[in-house]
Amino acid sequence: MSEIRVNDFVLKIGTVNGTGSASANSLLLKALFRMGIPVTGKNLFPSNIQGLPTWYGIRASKDGYMSRSLRVDILVAMNAQTYQKDMQNLCSGGFLVYDSTWPRERQLNRDDITVLGVPLAKMCNENFSDARIRILMKNIAYVGVLAALLSIDTKVLRTLIEETFASKPKLIESNLKAINLGYNYAMETFTCPLPIRAETMGDNSKHIMIDGNSAAGLGCVYAGATVGAWYPITPSTGMMDAFKAYCKTYRIDPETGQKNYVIVQAEDELAAAGIVLGANWVGARAFTPTSGPGISLMSEFIGFAYYTEIPSVFFNVQRVGPSTGMPTRTQQCDIMMCAYASHGDTQHPMLLPANPYECFEMAVQAFDLSDHLQTPIFVLSDLDIGMNDWMIPELSWDDSFRPNRGKVLRSEDVEKLEKFYRYLDTDGDGIAARTLPGENPKGAYFVRGSGHNKHGMYTESSSEYKDLVDRLLVKWETAKTLVPKPVIKSSAKETRLGIIAYGSSDGAVLEALDMLATKGIHFDYMRVRAFPFCDEVTEFVESHETVFVVEQNRDAQMRSLLILETNTDARKLVPVLHYNGMPIPSQCVVEGVCEHLQVEAVA
Amino acid sequence: MSFIRKPKIDLPSERQNEIGLLKRDYEGGLSTLCAGCGHDSITAAIVQAFWELSIPPEKVIKLSGIGCSSKTPAYFMSGAHGFNSVHGRMPSVATGAQAGNRDLICIGVSGDGDSLSIGFGQFGHAVRRNLNMLYIIENNGVYGLTKGQFSAAADKGSRAKRGDINQWKNIDPVSTAISMGSSFVARSFSGDREQLVTLLKAGIMHPGCAILDVVSPCVTFNNHLGSTKSYTYTRDHYHPASQTDFVPHANEIRASYEEGESIIVELHDGSKLLLKKTDSGYDATNRSSVMRYLEQQRARGEVVTGLLYINAELPEMHKIYRTSETAMKDLEYEQLNPGSEALAKLQAGMR
Ligand SMILES: Cc1ncc(C[n+]2csc(CCOP(=O)(O)OP(=O)(O)O)c2C)c(N)n1
Ligand code: SF4
Ligand SMILES: [Mg+2]
Repeated sequence: MSEIRVNDFVLKIGTVNGTGSASANSLLLKALFRMGIPVTGKNLFPSNIQGLPTWYGIRASKDGYMSRSLRVDILVAMNAQTYQKDMQNLCSGGFLVYDSTWPRERQLNRDDITVLGVPLAKMCNENFSDARIRILMKNIAYVGVLAALLSIDTKVLRTLIEETFASKPKLIESNLKAINLGYNYAMETFTCPLPIRAETMGDNSKHIMIDGNSAAGLGCVYAGATVGAWYPITPSTGMMDAFKAYCKTYRIDPETGQKNYVIVQAEDELAAAGIVLGANWVGARAFTPTSGPGISLMSEFIGFAYYTEIPSVFFNVQRVGPSTGMPTRTQQCDIMMCAYASHGDTQHPMLLPANPYECFEMAVQAFDLSDHLQTPIFVLSDLDIGMNDWMIPELSWDDSFRPNRGKVLRSEDVEKLEKFYRYLDTDGDGIAARTLPGENPKGAYFVRGSGHNKHGMYTESSSEYKDLVDRLLVKWETAKTLVPKPVIKSSAKETRLGIIAYGSSDGAVLEALDMLATKGIHFDYMRVRAFPFCDEVTEFVESHETVFVVEQNRDAQMRSLLILETNTDARKLVPVLHYNGMPIPSQCVVEGVCEHLQVEAVA
Repeated sequence: MSFIRKPKIDLPSERQNEIGLLKRDYEGGLSTLCAGCGHDSITAAIVQAFWELSIPPEKVIKLSGIGCSSKTPAYFMSGAHGFNSVHGRMPSVATGAQAGNRDLICIGVSGDGDSLSIGFGQFGHAVRRNLNMLYIIENNGVYGLTKGQFSAAADKGSRAKRGDINQWKNIDPVSTAISMGSSFVARSFSGDREQLVTLLKAGIMHPGCAILDVVSPCVTFNNHLGSTKSYTYTRDHYHPASQTDFVPHANEIRASYEEGESIIVELHDGSKLLLKKTDSGYDATNRSSVMRYLEQQRARGEVVTGLLYINAELPEMHKIYRTSETAMKDLEYEQLNPGSEALAKLQAGMR
């Protein structure tokens, strides 16, 4: 217990939903971040607005591991309801901080942990008069306690508070007071700092803290999207909130107050999809953020957009299904649905961001790909990426970037043609030029979900139908050359073992690779970033004897997709699955791999 | 049936409109509907209305859902972009199109099945947003394309061709739209070309969502004795509540009218609607009296037609949103992208 561990700990705060602990938790997270320590913050919250238990976990990792850790070193138990459970979850040698204003039942003790009582409510009741402020400051006071226990730089905390409440000096005063109350009590009462502690480390100034929904919303702004349509659904709601907030900052004419964006809160996801199609059809960039149930409702329109070749961008922030499932928990469970969404022969490119950095980047790419390929594009993140706080390299922007709007014939281009045919592929890439309504009568064409030929006319001719859907396959081949390539991390040592993962499973795999290497087991690792699979993906699968496919769903959906699309021998693809709704920890990967290889798992 | 291109024959006698176009410049492909179908008469009236208004076809978008009625955008204005969407979802596509390019003149064609059953929600929300479009419901009381099942617009007690009696109360798009706060609600009949053309023109020029319910008999499945959507029944119970004249902005109102007998509604482009009351006291600008009137006539089994309710002052979607005057699709990327400096500044707050 007394072994000193620096910048390598997991802190968990258990509170009650709706008691305003978010700002306290973010204060803690940012303080550690500013001390140069790699850090992540994850919410665990119920599908409820007020009154149920909620937790926030902070992992500080000098080695830069970002995945959820199963270990909990310090637990701040602010919720009497979950006190017992919280205590059980602490690792041996851990510390439990609780509000000692009220007596604690004796039988709740554990011999292998240290319990630290702080009269948080009492302190705040004595020092603050307003009832709401008392509740809020109780949270800030535990930040003060932790600052003493973990040796968090109080100067950093002060600066953060001053910055956060720059426009509300009264709040600066009360926050600082609350910090001091907790800090001083802990310093006087306990041996500070604990053996588990923070220490100023590297330089995080080239990094930021952000959640994936904000990053994706920002990406849409930078991509030049002007129309957003949506129907609220957890965990995607934050994305439209972010888009709206950034639009308010960057897209309102300061003189006229007029908006260079339109956000439609639709009557349902069906309508949201229709709005996206309508806006893209007339030439605006439009998108919708949703989650699994929303994609189900949009499916008819998705097939329509595929067949009529209308650009459209769908963000699916995945959550636990089927049905309402566990809407506040994470999974990678819509891979299959999105890949082939809708009736008839349909297939859609998907981008698979692993973190908020890629949410931003891929949001921009999605619009370019969609315009270029004239087809729906899915961006699949999940609750873990979308709603949790990630440390990522700072985002950059190249001001010379101009969007690729694909083959769009403007009025003057149409004028030069003898005749315009909407679905005629003139250069063999499977993509035909489109025109925009409102520009030139010569470019007018009729979008129809019924049979149409390459000239854009109605048809029930077998050969004309076949011609068209076969051309869409040519386009699919073009898509393979355009989507983001996988990231391959080759093992330092020669190996016949491979691991494939995607999206938010990346962090767990990266950490597991290090853990397995200490056991002498080495892997090449490929993180798939898009569908359709490009040649690199197939080559990776082919060049390894055994390939573990790590993912967060029950049915090994990516594995199925690989089997279907790469013609590989199914037996060599070994599923490693995690699907209880919590973000995948590295141990799951280690255990899954070792079980198959029949090597004892590293502790 | 496949698409048949209509032969275009030059008739030197044909008249040009203000922008030098002939009526046939507003025509589309040859209709594949049943001979005598009411929908074809509506198509002809649409051609007439747009031609009379001298609207350049390329400024128009024509959208529809699914049904015989929804096929018709292919049969008018081939110079306009068309969008035959999915069943019941035309309004959402129109919403997106209007969001992306507010300069387009939008006409949506739907059926009673398309708008009152599968698409009832989207119909309501187009009204609620006061989306700037003309929304036509070609109402025949049945699902024509799927061979004659009763639609939600079928009157209770009306008889199907094979003898079934409809047991369900009907959904009336007119009173529904008025009660939802619609800014323009009218009803007409495919057999009354003159009234229909006027109401189409009024609806096109109305700055908001103009709902136009048109009784449009299905000759194949719902034109028999016992049907309340047949030609005969509609003619026998035809009851215009008001007579509308559409006066383009260039023209002065010349027709003499008795003070108190007419109401003039001015549209934002300066054109005017002259509403002559045929029934004493009918006031298309007074919602509660309109509702009362419609209820009385419904009890009598009358098919009330005309411009039944109008409020040209209600703000349309973009006015409520305060959207830029420039269409979204025409905004330059430079106006939309905040740039690298803004990104750096924004991120300073994320540390
Ligand atoms: C999702 C879906 N369900 C069912 C259908 C089959 N369908 C095609 S048209 C139609 C009814 C159309 O009725 P209406 O809108 O009144 O048009 P009409 O043919 O009477 O003009 C139905 C049910 C469909 N095309 N799509
Ligand atoms: S079935 Fe009825 S609605 Fe359809 S085309 Fe024939 S007459 Fe018209
Ligand atoms: Mg019908």
